[in-house]
Amino acid sequence: MIRINGEERNTAGKTVAELLETDGYNPLKVAVELNENILPKTEYGSTELKDGDTVEIVRFVGGG
Amino acid sequence: MIPTREEMYEALCARHGADLQQKFSEGSVAVCGLGGLGSNIAVSLARAGVGHLLLIDFDRVDISNLNRQQYFPDQLGTYKTEALSHTLRRIAPYCDIAFKTVKLTEENIPDILHGYPLICEAFDRADQKAMLVNTVLEKLPDSVLVSGTGMAGLDSPNTITTKKITKHFYLSGDGCSDSEKGSGLFSARVAVCAAHQATTILRLLAGETEP
Repeated sequence: MIRINGEERNTAGKTVAELLETDGYNPLKVAVELNENILPKTEYGSTELKDGDTVEIVRFVGGG
Repeated sequence: MIPTREEMYEALCARHGADLQQKFSEGSVAVCGLGGLGSNIAVSLARAGVGHLLLIDFDRVDISNLNRQQYFPDQLGTYKTEALSHTLRRIAPYCDIAFKTVKLTEENIPDILHGYPLICEAFDRADQKAMLVNTVLEKLPDSVLVSGTGMAGLDSPNTITTKKITKHFYLSGDGCSDSEKGSGLFSARVAVCAAHQATTILRLLAGETEP
């Protein structure tokens, strides 16, 4: 299982890019932390999630 | 006659305690974006006696800013960096204020923000917020970033919180109310988010790492 924004999910084998697409995130408006480290955008497509990973997807919205 | 540097420092020590005031006065904070978030964050930090501020924005003061940003009608058309520096010097005449009138990009962020231990993300557009956060966290691993997302509309102010995402990344806001989807921006609610960010900065200067 993979912990995504606090929720345990069975998404092992998916890439981060696939996860963002499935969950409806715009990759230009997020920051992704994988196991407490920022994941560079250039690695979204090549990073496969594996059991035990912790993912935090921060979505940005407009306003300031 | 404005008070001397020593008189102002002593007044701050009397309010905040000498130990804390020393930490604030040694503090160095970069504020990226001087709109509703950034202008309010900068005012709060200057009033608290934070010693060194870097203000960054490329834009000029517009009449549409006056509902929530710390500018005056007689400043319309001037650069926000210059207008806010002027106001901050009236608030805190001995604060070391630097500014850069520039648009931050993935390319120039490492150079401009290098050496700032504390960085506030205070942009308006979601894609620009994401760009700044990703670039700072990737390229400036020694800095701590405090970002704001979700403060539009008139939902309850109680939905605005601050979370520690990692030890280098704090996030204030309600996480969802989106000005790009038609919610207006109101001075009081934007200021709630700005106050969360500014308080987080002061807490970090004080050595408190939990939000």
